[in-house]
Amino acid sequence: MIDRKEYQDYVSKNAPKSPMVRTLVAAFIVGGIICCIGEGIGDIIKLIFKDMSEKDVAIWESCIMIFLGSFFTALGLYDKLGHYAGGGSIIPITGFANSVISPAMEYNREGVFFGICAKMFVIAGPIIVFGVTVSFFIGFISYFVV
Amino acid sequence: MEIFLTYLKVFAVGGFVCMLGQILINKTKMSSARILVLYMLIGALLEVCGAFEPIKKFAGSGVTIPIMGFGSNLAKGAIEGAKQNGMLGAITGGLSSVAAGLTVVIVCGFVFGLISRSRSKKI
Repeated sequence: MIDRKEYQDYVSKNAPKSPMVRTLVAAFIVGGIICCIGEGIGDIIKLIFKDMSEKDVAIWESCIMIFLGSFFTALGLYDKLGHYAGGGSIIPITGFANSVISPAMEYNREGVFFGICAKMFVIAGPIIVFGVTVSFFIGFISYFVV
Repeated sequence: MEIFLTYLKVFAVGGFVCMLGQILINKTKMSSARILVLYMLIGALLEVCGAFEPIKKFAGSGVTIPIMGFGSNLAKGAIEGAKQNGMLGAITGGLSSVAAGLTVVIVCGFVFGLISRSRSKKI
């Protein structure tokens, strides 16, 4: 028998360490490139639809980025990218799409209802719940303050 | 030249945001769901403080493409809704401002989930 502290020391010594510098550089470059692709899509939309408002351009931009993220997840390429880039592929909105589509693909052998539809929000569920709850309280408070 | 500078700013800020996330992953072994929630809350907080607009003006997609943009949209929608439609606006504002993104995510998830099988996790 080893006690709790010894065990934790053992785990922290033997757990695989992600090499700090390499992962940081990879996250920086991949994250930056994904953001640049988003900006590029926004610029192309502005070129095609000249009289579109800034807000609508931003909405279309994030919709297209979400679609691209889910498309490349379905092809299996996004997970390969995530293996190298870590945070660089998780934090952009394409990573949010990946966190929805990945479990949906993973669980489709369990059926449409309890496989795809239920397991889709395994990772994204907390994000939506936290986001909606926080936005409700922000709105509630600002109703009384403003 | 102007356009090059814009993209440089987007690249630098977006990369920096993702690098901070990677530091969190390396140091704390947080799972990706926690990281995403944390970043979304930071985005909402920045929006409430009023700091998000100036950053957005500077970096454009560098802060709106990371999940912080999602959080800030939620907060912004709730605040604007509360101003325009009172209590009902505060309730509906947040979700209606991110409705487009959520709809695309759900539809894509369903369609791609139906047509595509998960590959074996050999990387």
